[in-house]
Amino acid sequence: MPLSMNAKWIGAGGATTCLVALGLLLVDAGGLWASGDDRLPHRTDLSLADRARVASVLMPLESFEAAQPFEAMSGGAASFTGTPDGNAFSRFSQNLSFEQEADFNIGDSLFTKLWVSSPSSTQASDGLGPLFNARSCQSCHLKDGRGHPPVDENDSAISMFLRLSVPARTPEEFAALESRALLRIPEPTYGGQFQDLAVPGLQAEGRMVISYEEEEVVLADGEVVSLRRPTYSVADLGFGAMDPEVMLSPRVAPPMIGLGLIEAIHPGDILALADPADADDDGISGRPSWVIDEQSGELALGLFGWKGSNPTVRQQSAGAFSGDIGISTPDAPAPHGDCTANQPDCLAMPSGVQDRLGDTEAPNPVLDLVTFYASNLAVPMRRNVDDPQVLLGKSLFHDLGCASCHQPNYVTRRDAATDAHQFQLIWPYSDFLLHDMGEGLADNRPVGDASGVEWKTPPLWGIGLTEAVNGHTQFLHDGRARSLLEAILWHGGEAEEARDAVVELATDDRHALIAFLESL
Amino acid sequence: MVRIKSSNTSLKPSTRRLLLAASALSVLAAPALTPAQAMDITPSAVLDTYADIALAAYTDSHISALALDAAIDALVANPSDATLNAAKAAWVAARVPYQQTEVYRFGNAIVDEWEGRVNAWPLDEGLIDYVDAGFYGVESDENDLFTANVIANESLMINGAEVVAASITPDFLQNTLHEAGEVEANVATGYHAIEFMLWGQDLNGTGPGAGNRPYTDFDVANCTGGNCERRIEFLVAASDLLLSDLEEMVGNWTEEGAARTTLLADEDAGITAILTGIGSLSYGEMAGERMKLGLLLNDPEEEHDCFADNTHNSHYFDQIGIRNAYTGTYRRIDGSVISGPSVSDLVAAADPALDAEVRGKLDATVTAMAIMRARAESIEAYDQMIGEGNEAGNATVQAAIDGLIDQTRSVERVVALLDLDAIEFEGSDSLDNPTAVFQ
Repeated sequence: MPLSMNAKWIGAGGATTCLVALGLLLVDAGGLWASGDDRLPHRTDLSLADRARVASVLMPLESFEAAQPFEAMSGGAASFTGTPDGNAFSRFSQNLSFEQEADFNIGDSLFTKLWVSSPSSTQASDGLGPLFNARSCQSCHLKDGRGHPPVDENDSAISMFLRLSVPARTPEEFAALESRALLRIPEPTYGGQFQDLAVPGLQAEGRMVISYEEEEVVLADGEVVSLRRPTYSVADLGFGAMDPEVMLSPRVAPPMIGLGLIEAIHPGDILALADPADADDDGISGRPSWVIDEQSGELALGLFGWKGSNPTVRQQSAGAFSGDIGISTPDAPAPHGDCTANQPDCLAMPSGVQDRLGDTEAPNPVLDLVTFYASNLAVPMRRNVDDPQVLLGKSLFHDLGCASCHQPNYVTRRDAATDAHQFQLIWPYSDFLLHDMGEGLADNRPVGDASGVEWKTPPLWGIGLTEAVNGHTQFLHDGRARSLLEAILWHGGEAEEARDAVVELATDDRHALIAFLESL
Repeated sequence: MVRIKSSNTSLKPSTRRLLLAASALSVLAAPALTPAQAMDITPSAVLDTYADIALAAYTDSHISALALDAAIDALVANPSDATLNAAKAAWVAARVPYQQTEVYRFGNAIVDEWEGRVNAWPLDEGLIDYVDAGFYGVESDENDLFTANVIANESLMINGAEVVAASITPDFLQNTLHEAGEVEANVATGYHAIEFMLWGQDLNGTGPGAGNRPYTDFDVANCTGGNCERRIEFLVAASDLLLSDLEEMVGNWTEEGAARTTLLADEDAGITAILTGIGSLSYGEMAGERMKLGLLLNDPEEEHDCFADNTHNSHYFDQIGIRNAYTGTYRRIDGSVISGPSVSDLVAAADPALDAEVRGKLDATVTAMAIMRARAESIEAYDQMIGEGNEAGNATVQAAIDGLIDQTRSVERVVALLDLDAIEFEGSDSLDNPTAVFQ
């Protein structure tokens, strides 16, 4: 049995941290270090010797004849090594202690908890809305995996919603964007997000309407792929007309795996990949998304969200509690969520705050526990890493330039807040930077540093298990792509050259590329 | 690495016996009875005991589920307060051996991947049957099936597609309704679905009382609640499914069964599986999710057997199962006892004081759970104990939580003693060991 639980014992017993695997690396590292070449000077969390080891293990690939050491364990020691079934995204980091496992499980219960409208008999569980997209976290993050657009007019849009904003028009609004106090100006009545549900007694904001147009792409080998180009609008508006300059941006819920490991990546490792002016002239820029970390008040890299708008799992979670469910937390304390001053009926609804329990609807430790849960969903181990077709696909992935943005690996910080995330070799396949993805994918709705054509490179780990976990293969920020190939063909802008190269691939090579992605 | 072996003849003789009830289970191949004899305490022998107890406890679960199934048949044939109460009593009895198997879930992937079919909770009862709208709420919509009520509706929308359930069959429950729409709370199978069928909603919050479904909900001639025929179909189908699922797990622990074979394939991993099961159930599952959360929210919905108000028994027998796994002893439902070489013996050979410490803490938690159980049976139910402002009730539950955490600390010391933490990394370079990690 692949009993991965063994890793739990690290730390539990206190004494043993086995470094058997490192002999080879240390030899390489010695060579590097002898040359005096410290390629990771920003990694002040590491000793000089560790820096050399890390630089060595992250060196560009020279051969694709065999799998790389450790590459199967996408999330390092935190990876889930059991059966990749429908629960493959719902497992905890396999190197948690029993105590951390308890926090994870409690967080899991809160993640699946259905919040109810106020007032209710279960006072610790009320406060829903008044406007909301979902009653629990899990109802959008189905199986902790990837959301999808509605199947048809009868299906709910539960794992997808629209973000709203308008251009800055007053000096105050320009100043707010300039200081990053706001990343976008909310629609004056409907706020920053379109909630299609409301508590009893209040009208919902309306419903999202999607229409698709099919467009054919002919590949070099003659295969025809149909892409569906979506158009988004709103209907049944509950609070009057929207601002004429409103900008809509659809979002599906992204997979929840590996988020704590991403937060444990050293910002210097990401900034080293940035090339805003394309100084190396490879056609790929890569710009960091700078946002304010509301815990520290400092600027930080935006790692989470389709446009990189949140620096931490905690901030992302607090935003989702507020915007998606209408539950206030100490980090986003408005009890009425996304209600605006132009929605007085919404502001007049009862809130779920009970003073004796705390000054928000979900007082501490609810957000702490949900954040811990969201930070510790394990990345499943890869399948078939040394299959010849997968290795061929991997070499194409690198040769065609996919890896320029879908950066394969990192070694996380030694000083990461959670011990389970420290010093792990991880394989997210993202540079966590903003890239121009072309007009085809553009939402034309800027957020912070991200322009209307830019998106943050999403991680690819676990992408091959989308069907096993969620029963579909719909990708990109709005789920428009119905297969990995369609998702590739939507790439434009900086990725256009790589996309065109995929169109030109021989059939077997294209299948190999997809096989590699499915092994992630 | 654990290599504890002793030829000391004073070790207790194996009394490994499988006194099989007169069950017609063909899958249950009884091991030959071993005469009392001195036996080496080897990891292999410890794993044999552990697997034998699993076989016996899942067999007992199946036997008691057969009794439940018979009681359900009697209820359906002749609905009355008496037959409904008999079915409820059979359900409570069926939980006794099953809860003692929960310790096998963590550490044995085959069990863990199967468990959601038989013991998933919490469940959205509105998926299954009528509910009290005032208590339950109707504004949901994030779970389209929140109030789908399959008993009242032959046609449902699942993921935007219409599903017709002209009759409610085990196949429909397992393959269509269970976790429909990928929502984990859409529980359509297992003990808790049957529990909801027999008891109905517990509308008493943190006040006294369990669910109170009338027997006439199953009386086609004088039907209350509507759709009695479909309600009966649901109950019978869920019971049939529980039987076949338990039978499958019994098969996994027979001599050639997949769970036993996997367990025995690697001795160190096997011993680790036993201790992982103990630690994860004690701390992560019980102390954390099942008990601490309820105290945190003071929410009566955060109760494991919430319709039947049987949570005290459920927790108590989980802890008995934990002690069984450590001591290598199990008292079957017919009163016979299985015991054999155990992790306790391994620990005692290396560090008798630590073994005494673990046994003492396991017993202390059993006592704390017994106090909680006695309170539930005499003063107030578990959902009342976790109510806001109930200091004595809260403290009773907290004492059991403290015991679970405390025993886990000692189990962690056992792991260190047996040096099990290094297993994963032995010879772990590159591709010989695909689960190797960079450290």
